Amino acid sequence: MNAPLSPYLRAVASNVPALRLEQASFEHRGHRLLSPTTLLFSGCQRTLIMGPNGAGKSLLMRLAHGLLRPSSGQISWEGKPPVQAMVFQRPVLLRRTALDNLTYALAVRRVPRHQRKTLALQALEKFGLTSLAKRPARVLSGGEQQRLTLARAWLLNPAVLFLDEPTSALDPAAIKAVEDAVNEFHQNGTRIIMTTHDLHQARRLADDVLFMHNGHVLEHTPAQQFFNAPASPQAGAFIRGELVW
Amino acid sequence: MPSGDNPFYTALTLILGMDQGLFSVVLLSLKVSLFAVIIASLLALPLGAALALWRFPGRNALIVLLNALMGLPPVVAGLCVYLLLSRAGPLGQFGLLFTPTAMVIAQVILVFPIIAALTRQQVEALHGEYAEQLSSLGLSQLRMMPTLLWDARFGLLTVILAGFGRASAEVGAVMIVGGNIDGVTRVMTTSIVLETNKGNLALALGLGIVLLTLVTLINALAHWVSETAKRRLG
Repeated sequence: MNAPLSPYLRAVASNVPALRLEQASFEHRGHRLLSPTTLLFSGCQRTLIMGPNGAGKSLLMRLAHGLLRPSSGQISWEGKPPVQAMVFQRPVLLRRTALDNLTYALAVRRVPRHQRKTLALQALEKFGLTSLAKRPARVLSGGEQQRLTLARAWLLNPAVLFLDEPTSALDPAAIKAVEDAVNEFHQNGTRIIMTTHDLHQARRLADDVLFMHNGHVLEHTPAQQFFNAPASPQAGAFIRGELVW
Repeated sequence: MPSGDNPFYTALTLILGMDQGLFSVVLLSLKVSLFAVIIASLLALPLGAALALWRFPGRNALIVLLNALMGLPPVVAGLCVYLLLSRAGPLGQFGLLFTPTAMVIAQVILVFPIIAALTRQQVEALHGEYAEQLSSLGLSQLRMMPTLLWDARFGLLTVILAGFGRASAEVGAVMIVGGNIDGVTRVMTTSIVLETNKGNLALALGLGIVLLTLVTLINALAHWVSETAKRRLG
């Protein structure tokens, strides 16, 4: 991964607007899945959201990304909402070639037609997918598919990138490729908000950690502090590898 | 038209003999049904996709109605079109009754609910899979429609074939609004009814075999196209 792509792609916002949650909660069919939460995502860090299954990690991301609306409270960007992209646990790719999946995303973002193919090919090259350009996206391996979704996200040039357990179904080599890509995004000035339940991955990537349990955000601290001296007993147990419920 | 005792022999002589009468009947059958399916698809595919994507009051009632209309008896559809197009009817001034156009209209009414209802199901299933990703990319629901229709294309081809099967097989509607006029509105199915009534059972069966062969060929072609594309695209 090297060489700047094009002026269009280099125009990354270095001043990412902050995202503020004010007493935001979420309920579904009478069940409170996220308790009222007040949070500030600011700066351009890599934030890892951690916690056991069902803690509300993915839910928090979807609320932040705007895929879901909070049942109560406010979620707002300070200033103009930035360009965002999201990478899902299971890659969602269209039933067309790898290349066409990328040009589609550019078409959606109204990139002029004559630029699309060039940009898409550059992104494929960047993520080591050039030889797969003409292959149908949905017959690629899991790791290749996830790299393709990262290439698609890259083309969108996001100021904020959400990743929902992007490596949970991948082998170590594919995990490394995804983590390298995440760092590449970050070095280009993209804010990272990512969920994982892999402690080692969190140690490798996190600038700060947000720990959730049962729909509550228990702590939001710098990574060092979280791993060395977690404030909540649940987080302590989670880090020690005990089962927390 | 030739006649014999063995329906398979009759069918063979009909096909090999390139009987002019048979040829025009087959051509009209295909023309009417294909036109009907094309028009119905153009209307029903977007409607089915819209029903899958939007939530509005009365949506469920509309879905139930469409599902029910899949079983609309062709004679009833034919009768309604007959009443609309007859001289005294609201659209009588156009003089469409007993023309191929009237037959197309009647078949559109028969085929439309099938394509719309099944499209709704297919697109809704696909939307379940794609919704978050497409919203994340910033697509409006209107912009999702062509994407979902295109990505559901293999399933939708089967849906359209089901519609074509309905159109090419029905006799009630085209009989009423077409009138089975020789050389003008006579199609395969109405010919079969006529020959059966005349007692030419072998000829009727022979025509049936020709009809079935044609429908099979069209389905085989569509199947081959979709399988080839599927293998290429996963």
